[in-house]
Amino acid sequence: MSEALMKVENLKQYFPISRRFTVKAVNGVSFEIYPGETYGLVGESGSGKTTIGRSVIRLHDPTDGTVTFNGKVISGQLDRETKAMLREDMQMIFQDPMSSLNPRKKVGDIIGEGLDIHGRCASRAERDALVAEMLKKVGLSPAHAERYPHQFSGGQRQRVGIARALIMNPKLIIADECISALDVSIQAQVVNLMKDIQDDTNCAYLFIAHDLSMVKYISDRIGVLHLGYMVETGTTEEIFSNPIHPYTKSLISAVPLPNPVLEKRRTAVAYDREAEGVDYAKGTEHPVGGTHTVLATNEELSRWMKG
Amino acid sequence: MEMLNEKAILEIRDLDITFRTNAGSIHAIRGVNLDLQKGETVAIVGESGSGKSVTMKAATGLLDSNGVVNRGQVLYRCREADGSEEVVDLLQMSKKELRRRINGRHIAMVFQDPMTSLDPTMQIGPQIMEGMLLRTKLSKAEARARAVELLELVGITDAEKRMKSYPHQLSGGMRQRVVIAIALSGDPDILICDEPTTALDVTIQAKILELIKDIQSRMGLSVIYITHDLGVVAKVADYVNVMYAGRIVEVGNVNEIFYEPQHPYTWGLLSAMPDLDTEDDRLYSIPGSPPNLLHEPPGDAFAPRNAFALKIDEKADPPLFKISDTHYAATWLLHPDAPKIELPPELKARLERARKEAERYL
Repeated sequence: MSEALMKVENLKQYFPISRRFTVKAVNGVSFEIYPGETYGLVGESGSGKTTIGRSVIRLHDPTDGTVTFNGKVISGQLDRETKAMLREDMQMIFQDPMSSLNPRKKVGDIIGEGLDIHGRCASRAERDALVAEMLKKVGLSPAHAERYPHQFSGGQRQRVGIARALIMNPKLIIADECISALDVSIQAQVVNLMKDIQDDTNCAYLFIAHDLSMVKYISDRIGVLHLGYMVETGTTEEIFSNPIHPYTKSLISAVPLPNPVLEKRRTAVAYDREAEGVDYAKGTEHPVGGTHTVLATNEELSRWMKG
Repeated sequence: MEMLNEKAILEIRDLDITFRTNAGSIHAIRGVNLDLQKGETVAIVGESGSGKSVTMKAATGLLDSNGVVNRGQVLYRCREADGSEEVVDLLQMSKKELRRRINGRHIAMVFQDPMTSLDPTMQIGPQIMEGMLLRTKLSKAEARARAVELLELVGITDAEKRMKSYPHQLSGGMRQRVVIAIALSGDPDILICDEPTTALDVTIQAKILELIKDIQSRMGLSVIYITHDLGVVAKVADYVNVMYAGRIVEVGNVNEIFYEPQHPYTWGLLSAMPDLDTEDDRLYSIPGSPPNLLHEPPGDAFAPRNAFALKIDEKADPPLFKISDTHYAATWLLHPDAPKIELPPELKARLERARKEAERYL
């Protein structure tokens, strides 16, 4: 495989609440993203998936660990050039399109803001042309540039969010629950759009979601997070055909299937970490074939492989 | 008053609602019919804005003040504690009467976001007791004992201790369990769940749905689910109503809807959601977005988004065509003169796969 686009090693993100108490949101997570691929991060709320996304794009300052992006370390102090590179080559699409778009700006200015800041365009006309082209690409009309966010429907607003991320021609887009707030029929439209754009521009996605069936559909590789630990990672095929960690198994078993006869007969597999006596801090990463690794102690791994 | 169906506990007949707004009147509900029988689970599925919540809000007197009921009836078979039975039209009752006689006692609701339906400044014990103390003659101690019982029923361990917790001290799944306990505190016949698991994770969603199912069979409840998640519908529902732009476009039992859908909108909904076996390059998506009912479209409201629309769709709204005793769909494709349509290939493959998997269990 080619050189990794982004390499996250042993990332830790702690939030001190008081002198005595610190929330350890992310506890030593490592993964890599290659150019043009989609890496899915799944886990329940509070598992740290959003925090990871925000740490790598430097909305948080990582407590420990290194993040390398585009051959440069982006986890420590950033010099001016690295910062400019990071702000241009990595973009984010947020969950709620209404709260992530400035309600007092026209859509054209929201999309063009990155171009203005980084001085990509020599003239206003050039910028407007780029914005118009981008609007067309995401399925809106160039005339929409003159409108405000509240004049759009939810699906259209998310398209504006995608256009804003794409106009910088990024190498990596962090999509944080970007379809969860949308209706089913609109979700499919947005996912198709994201796939088309990836085919066009070969950008990579870090796709953060809790909807496993959508993650399975869109991702090439998947990381399963629980309580700030990466409990299992591998290709989509490896994770779904041979889940080993009991948490992954319980997640997969909880996905509702649109098949009533099957669904009515199935009960979700419960997973209780404390009852099973699993301590993530003691586990180490065990490769179990291919790129598939599981966080476990030797004893746990042999027990899970049997079950 | 009489009901058409003698086993029904709730019957909505030809409900029609308009909202008056500054921009004009919005015809949100356009002739909805719905049946709920005792002990059954009925799901209403549709996109946001299709009118699924408004329908149930009208039935419980929670309609916003700018909503006007143009016509229709919501008939409810009201069984009192002394055994007497009476069919009442909930739309004819005043808000005050509804609150005194029906809401909480006979029909209870569970809303989407437990954080906004609980009082953040009140411990959960008193919140569960509050309704009981108002409605019944139970003493405080009796109400307290019943509240602990209810917390245990909804699967909260350490119920006695939890009575003193505040909502923010509980996780999302726990909070939703408390909301369900409050809904059950009045011994209702009908539980209306408005997107009860949308704000929750998949693992917790599965647990909450299993809990509601379990309580339903123990207490003989009838449940109405309002949701846009077809996975949830497949898990819980006996009958499904698919709503689009204020009309029910397809109704049937859950197997008919999932294995033999007839309406192109249902086709779209089913294929837009990937299951764990979907490997197609692209997801099928319904083009466009739902219509703005401020300008009610002539003919079939779904026609502009429908790849299979016929010429007549632009002129006349299709009636409900009968497919079987329980299965009806409002699409002109079912008219005897309509051309025969081939299902989209991805959907056809998927339905076959679903039927095959199901057959193993039948």
